[in-house]
Amino acid sequence: METLQQDLLIILPELILALGAMTLLMWGVFRGDGATGELNILTLVLFALVSISVFSGAPEERLAFHGTYIADGFTRVMKLLVLTGAALAVIMSARYIATERLRRFEFPVLIVFATTGMMLMISANDLVVLYIGLELQSLALYVLAAYSRDSVRSTEAGLKYFVLGALSSGLLLYGASLIYGFSGATGFDAIGNAVASGGQNIGLTVGLVFLLAGLAFKISAVPFHMWTPDVYEGAPTPVTAFFAAAPKLAAMALVLRVLIDPLFAIAVQWQQIIVFVSIASILLGSFAAIGQTNIKRLMAYSSIANVGHMLVGLAAGTQEGVQGVIIYLAIYLAMTIGTFVCILAMRRPEGMVEDINDLSGLAQTRPAMAAALLILMFSLAGIPPMAGFFGKFYVYLAAVNAGLWPLAVIGILASVVGAYYYIRIVMIMVNGEPAAPFEQNLGFELRVILFGAALYNLAFILFAAPVIAIAGAAAQALFN
Amino acid sequence: MLSAIVFLPLAGAIIAGFFGRQLGERGAEYLTTSFMMLALGLSLAAFSRFALGHGEPVTLTIFTWIDSGALEVAWKLRFDALTGVMLVVVNTVSALVHLYSIGYMAEDPHRPRFFAYLSLFTFAMLMLVTADNFLQMFFGWEGVGLASYLLIGFWYHKPEANAAAIKAFIVNRVGDFGFVLGIMGVFFAFGSLDFSTVFAAVPEQAGQTFEFLGMRLDVLDTICLLLFMGAMGKSAQVPLHTWLPDAMEGPTPVSALIHAATMVTAGVFLVCRCSPMFEFAPVALAVVTIVGATTAFFAATVGMFQNDIKRVIAYSTCSQLGYMFFACGVSAYEAAMFHLFTYAFFKALLFLGAGSVIHAMHHEQDMRHMGGLFRLIPMTWMMMLVGTFALTGVGIPLGVLSHELPNIGFAGFYSKDAIIESVYAAATDPGIYAFIAGIAAALMTSFYSWRLIFMTFHGPHHEDEETLTHVHESPPVMMIPLAVLAFGAAFAGMYFADDFIGHHRGEFWKGAIFVLEEHKALDLSHEVPTWVKLAPLAVMLTGLAIAWHFYLNNPGLPARMAERKGLLYTFIYRKWYFDELYDLIFVRPAYALARLFWRDGDGWLIDGFGPDGVAARVMDTTRRVVQLQSGYIYHYAFAMLIGIAALVTYFMAMGAQ
Repeated sequence: METLQQDLLIILPELILALGAMTLLMWGVFRGDGATGELNILTLVLFALVSISVFSGAPEERLAFHGTYIADGFTRVMKLLVLTGAALAVIMSARYIATERLRRFEFPVLIVFATTGMMLMISANDLVVLYIGLELQSLALYVLAAYSRDSVRSTEAGLKYFVLGALSSGLLLYGASLIYGFSGATGFDAIGNAVASGGQNIGLTVGLVFLLAGLAFKISAVPFHMWTPDVYEGAPTPVTAFFAAAPKLAAMALVLRVLIDPLFAIAVQWQQIIVFVSIASILLGSFAAIGQTNIKRLMAYSSIANVGHMLVGLAAGTQEGVQGVIIYLAIYLAMTIGTFVCILAMRRPEGMVEDINDLSGLAQTRPAMAAALLILMFSLAGIPPMAGFFGKFYVYLAAVNAGLWPLAVIGILASVVGAYYYIRIVMIMVNGEPAAPFEQNLGFELRVILFGAALYNLAFILFAAPVIAIAGAAAQALFN
Repeated sequence: MLSAIVFLPLAGAIIAGFFGRQLGERGAEYLTTSFMMLALGLSLAAFSRFALGHGEPVTLTIFTWIDSGALEVAWKLRFDALTGVMLVVVNTVSALVHLYSIGYMAEDPHRPRFFAYLSLFTFAMLMLVTADNFLQMFFGWEGVGLASYLLIGFWYHKPEANAAAIKAFIVNRVGDFGFVLGIMGVFFAFGSLDFSTVFAAVPEQAGQTFEFLGMRLDVLDTICLLLFMGAMGKSAQVPLHTWLPDAMEGPTPVSALIHAATMVTAGVFLVCRCSPMFEFAPVALAVVTIVGATTAFFAATVGMFQNDIKRVIAYSTCSQLGYMFFACGVSAYEAAMFHLFTYAFFKALLFLGAGSVIHAMHHEQDMRHMGGLFRLIPMTWMMMLVGTFALTGVGIPLGVLSHELPNIGFAGFYSKDAIIESVYAAATDPGIYAFIAGIAAALMTSFYSWRLIFMTFHGPHHEDEETLTHVHESPPVMMIPLAVLAFGAAFAGMYFADDFIGHHRGEFWKGAIFVLEEHKALDLSHEVPTWVKLAPLAVMLTGLAIAWHFYLNNPGLPARMAERKGLLYTFIYRKWYFDELYDLIFVRPAYALARLFWRDGDGWLIDGFGPDGVAARVMDTTRRVVQLQSGYIYHYAFAMLIGIAALVTYFMAMGAQ
């Protein structure tokens, strides 16, 4: 018999985070903007506490609040990844918001709120919880995107994200209501039973399409990706880094959960959607990125293409495929965070620069940074023995094993196109005439993140075994 | 200690090649040269142990190279009498050329590279001669080819040098193709590449046939002919000789080392090493005889009318290699090896002597611009005279008078006469052809050799005043190698004749060369009629007389003959039109084909539809995709709704079926 006490124990990480967020908010309100520095540190401490709490939770499946909330091996891994991404984003933002005169105490607090939403998304076992988590996250992200409120671009980005996000929420809610209508339940377990016994049902399929559209918006999969380049470009860089890392992970976790857990019985249907979305994302991401001159926009298309590659693993619909997706996420987090540190370092005395050509000759002016960026770009391009290669390898292996040959061939060919723009950056860095040098004040913490990320990508092969094992356990938890 | 012979030059090459800048030019020179001297000392010890002494053949295993299925090949060094002879030849000439180059190349800015290449060549050549299996021999074979390429093109800023290097490489490729096929044939027929295994199994394969190129052919004849094809390429035999004269574009010490004394003799060594196979391949032997005799004759005719001092000697090289081959062809392998041995001394001597002349003349190589130099560079003149005596075979055949009396003469006198007598004694049709060609070539050899001496050192001066005032004798570092080689050219024949080809040859070779009982050419060569023994001497004197008449007695005559441009003269002067013929048959069609493949095949077809075409389409797609991103929020929302409508429609349609 469940008791409230037990339930509270299970949602302890979220509780800590939510209470912590409110405490930090109060702290900020009373101490004013000058307290941003302290808040950053407190946020990190909070994340550390929550991480410990998540980590110390039992790995077996535990349900709370009448089965609307779930904690298992899968949620544990995904939450830790999200917390890592969020913490890195906070660290990356500290120096930036100081120099760009954005120092207001809401920044870390908003990140904490968004993270709380993501934690809920990951642990959602009910359509209602799913929606609450998603909205909590999204509301915080809308504000963050427009955080540089004196900047037209940032404001525009926030507005676009908000309007389109509202549209996608509507689509998602409509899908959820259809699913509820045809299965008679909001809980994932009950939906699962209804779907399994009900067989094929067009209404349910339409609901599935709408639900997936809402989720695809969050992971910026084609054709629900249109906001991504504009928001990535317009938002302040640390916010973009946060966008690229944490919400992607949480939304992808949610997609995995929804599709594998309650809707596995109609896998044939959603597999077709995923294959389509995956191919479209890979192709569009790869081709459109070539035309970009702004490195943040380029990273936006890169993230679209990467999501497409991840979905290849999901399209396989097997445990192996899900394992591949989780490995990919773990690698993608490092690649993207490392690259955004480099983008943060693109600062000249007159301000931030974002054009790819500003990297020209970086190998001469900042050899260490150029070497790190080179590793990250090669990794993103999927060149062995960098980590990015293994990310692609496992998802495509799963796809091939599941018989999805055409998808694998298209994906791999498109990744050749993708390799072009990553390697073009390397070429500009190495062969280009040195442009005016960047400022040297990257800061110790960013340097650690950058070279840590580069090293992780370079030496992935050395510790690939435990990462693969952890991902395998997480995938297994999802399938049980 | 034995393996040090092979690996000292390699060490020298690596150190001088990769650390030449740190060592400095002096350092690189001294290091490689002293390594070579050390290797030479060890080689002499090996020679006296395995050839002169009673040392049993030794095989040193270094490590396994390939062990794949039935194919097992190890790096092994084989030392026997044959190897011992080659070690002395290679390391003597190489060490002396290293020493000589210190003087000759003194003004060159890239000396460490030069010395590294020389040492690399020596290493490859030693790998070749110490090989214990066909594959390792091929490694050395290709290694010397590489070093030859690098050294011919050493002055890479000269277009002719580059062209000559490429030509040498490509012509050798033709021969090497045959060699590789031969090696594969050996493996196919014998299931092994080890010399000892293969040679032991040869008698079983005699007379067997196998399918090759759709024909049933005799196994051993086919394999031997393919191997000989490789030998023809490396040893510049007709029709694969065209690269050798052009190879003279390289520095003169290189010509002496690689294109006279050592690398080009690799083909002869190959045939001698494979004597157990060739002995059972009568057709192959006949072909070897005919090709050798033809080359000896052909090259000698061309040598008569060349004006470039190095090219004369180059054609002479070709011609002398022909002698060695036709000696092999009548199973007189010992005579071939003996000629190889003596020839290395006098040919290196002639080349280095020519180098000394060129050095004195500030890189003038045309003999028409020389004359009367003997007073200005007497030492070089004397050395060249010794070389010429040895090449033309000056000697007094006292043996004709009585068997008790020894023959006295320079090195070539013993070895060349032995070859001519052997082919006569063989009494086969190819043998008679070779005998006639050999005698005719000896006449021409004498003519062009003396022509060279007379045009260069005697007669009136043809140099301009400016050059004449600067003519100087070469430094001692160049003259000492000349003196050592001159000593060898003078006495090597007399001293070693009995060991190599005389009655003690059995104890000397100790089975390293195999000759069938019924092939008695060399035995019978001592019993040939007196006129045969005197013929080489007679033609030598005749050639000398003609050369004297043309170039000293009546110096206007050659110019007048050249003026008239007689048909025969032009034919020979243009080197029998081999280059023109090859140009027409191979080079131009190859260029045309290459242009077709390059412009239409690669440029239009592959690039157009491949990389360039795909890249252009990618850019087109990119442009269109980027346009989709308009920035208008309603476009974005529209895309989302279209997407969802498309998906729903798709499922409706699917569900309806």
